[in-house]
Amino acid sequence: MAVRKPPITTREYWAPGHAACAGCGCATALKLATKAFSEAMEEKFGDPNAFAIAQATGCMEVVSAVFPYTAWKAPWVHVAFENAAAVASGVEAAWKKKGQKGKILAIGGDGGTADIGLQALSGMLERRHNVVYLMYDNEAYMNTGIQRSSSTPYGAWTTTSPPGKYSIGEDKPKKWVALIAAAHQIPYVATASIGNPFDFVKKMKKAAKLEGPAFVQVHCTCPTGWKSPLEKGVEIARLAIETGVWPLFEIENGDFFNIKIQSPGGGAKVKREGGKVVAIEFKKPIEEYLKLQGRFKHLFKRPEAIDEMREQIKAMWKLLGVDVTLPKPEE
Amino acid sequence: MAEYKPIRKVVSGNYAAAYAVKHARVQVVAAYPITPQTSIIEKIAEFIANGEADIQYVPVESEHSAMAATIGASATGARAFTATASQGLALMHEMLHWASGARLPIVMVEVNRALAPPWSVWDDQTDSLAQRDTGWMQFYAENNQEVYDGVLMAFKIAEQVNVPIMVIESAFILSHTYDVVEMIPQELVDEFLPPRKPLYTLTDFDNPKAIGALATPDDYYEFRYKLAKAHEEAKKIIKDVGKEFGERFGRDYSDMIEKYRTDDADFIFLGMGSLMGTVKEAVDRLRDEGYKVGAAKVRWFRPFPKEELYELAKKVDGIAVVDRNFSFGQEGILFTEAKGALYNTSARPLMKNYIVGLGGRDFTLNDVRKIAEDMKGLIERGELDEEVEWYHLKR
Repeated sequence: MAVRKPPITTREYWAPGHAACAGCGCATALKLATKAFSEAMEEKFGDPNAFAIAQATGCMEVVSAVFPYTAWKAPWVHVAFENAAAVASGVEAAWKKKGQKGKILAIGGDGGTADIGLQALSGMLERRHNVVYLMYDNEAYMNTGIQRSSSTPYGAWTTTSPPGKYSIGEDKPKKWVALIAAAHQIPYVATASIGNPFDFVKKMKKAAKLEGPAFVQVHCTCPTGWKSPLEKGVEIARLAIETGVWPLFEIENGDFFNIKIQSPGGGAKVKREGGKVVAIEFKKPIEEYLKLQGRFKHLFKRPEAIDEMREQIKAMWKLLGVDVTLPKPEE
Repeated sequence: MAEYKPIRKVVSGNYAAAYAVKHARVQVVAAYPITPQTSIIEKIAEFIANGEADIQYVPVESEHSAMAATIGASATGARAFTATASQGLALMHEMLHWASGARLPIVMVEVNRALAPPWSVWDDQTDSLAQRDTGWMQFYAENNQEVYDGVLMAFKIAEQVNVPIMVIESAFILSHTYDVVEMIPQELVDEFLPPRKPLYTLTDFDNPKAIGALATPDDYYEFRYKLAKAHEEAKKIIKDVGKEFGERFGRDYSDMIEKYRTDDADFIFLGMGSLMGTVKEAVDRLRDEGYKVGAAKVRWFRPFPKEELYELAKKVDGIAVVDRNFSFGQEGILFTEAKGALYNTSARPLMKNYIVGLGGRDFTLNDVRKIAEDMKGLIERGELDEEVEWYHLKR
């Protein structure tokens, strides 16, 4: 009987027994990311284990290592919230001194990356450390109990951006750290999503294999903070892609004029000129993404806020050089 | 053991530190410029650029990241170093707890500089003493030689007890003032300070370790106890390493408090750092005039040498504690520590606190004389006028 090769290694670096919430999309992201890293290290150095992890404080840190246990099957260090990139820089310098082959994986959430860790991240990227920084973006401070971050999307409920008589919820556009990272002209920047695991794994492997710094921002669902059904994590993440809320792209060496856009699927029509994506006509309205999440529930009484969200999404795509049309739901 | 022939160089305190870093074969330096520390890392960068030292240098974007990167390097198993001063040290504060809690033998040179506001770049010990409870050991250098020797000994001590050490020098008075420093030939430093043998690394893929885990109330307490014990055990290591240093290189550091003409003293000055050089010189002059005085220089503020202090205190009638620092709402920080250390002993000398030299205010031989006159009078009368005197205050 022919045995089908599994689509990704069966080696585990993020072991069962961690204390993440049921349905945690970020746990899925880390599981995939480390598998991708392992494959990359095996292909590049012949050693699937040749990587170490520096992780910022956050959900995925707290749930992974409670003394005397650890879910990590790779060397792992956690030093506070704002500095995974700085710690990774030091680890990498020591590896270099030692002549150690392999790569460092730095991990931070959106709070630890977009807000308190942004300076350390910028330093690490600018100094060209041989580190992949993975930002798992669940779009709020989930570890402390769902407070808004600069990566929280417009309109979202959080405990510090509650909707009310004088509030529509979060009232600022989402800050796209991937674009800030790309401005450092580093070899590789990508966005990814657990809604497209194959694309995510491919990007993580690419990031892990190249020399120098890379930044990957992965969208992952948080059923607790998003007030979404536990079993729909991947479906919701996929809808974010298919409705235009979450773009999948790659930027190499800060070349903003040649951003590589991945096709969103979901029936969207992609228009290319000279191989480049210049326009996308989305077929699924963003309401399909929003309606599965309690954090956006209040917006359905405020249709003007959803229209404003559409405008912001268009503006974000414009930054990527793509004209998008976003449908409204059929009446 | 090869014969010891020192190499004499005229260097600043900061260059003495940089040479010690080179001679200690430090592997990773992560640092950020700040006056008056900057020339340490400039000199290290120059050593690297000239091929004189093989160090991975990480020019980080803040002191917070300096300590974070140093922690990352040390956790990986490297001998790691950084340097800072004042505002930079304050920015590092959070990371200092991490370095000691993670039991990493990092060595840092801290140049004592006053904290703002008002903005100041001059000597003041409050910056380092404000880090008292971070779990770091603290060595205060009196002169450039002690900066050099201190860094070399600090690595040897830190790597035995797995506790980080600050080697502290004075802004400008040492950091930028040139003096003769006897340096040790590389092969002899290598004999004294072999490569670090880390307990754990971040390159052991077969047996990976997680560093920096969460500990519940069931475990946290014991972690703290172990760090407390390490400080206690360090006292013996400090003495052993200080003695070995003396046997090898002629400068003995086995005492955590250096005693200068204290044996038959009626009263002594107690203080730390470069100002004790002035005090020792003044003691010589006062002795010539018939004062029976001595100087006790606290080399190690953490761990605090309370046993040695007791041995001194029980033989004298008075202790003038000279603090170039202050804890607001209380008194000079060394004064608090010294009184506290003697409380449960039979030693009860008269103790007075003189707050001197804050923000780099000059502290002279004449000032020591005036303090000596004041102390002599107080001891004769047998009572204090005031416990804490802001000695230089413009009245």
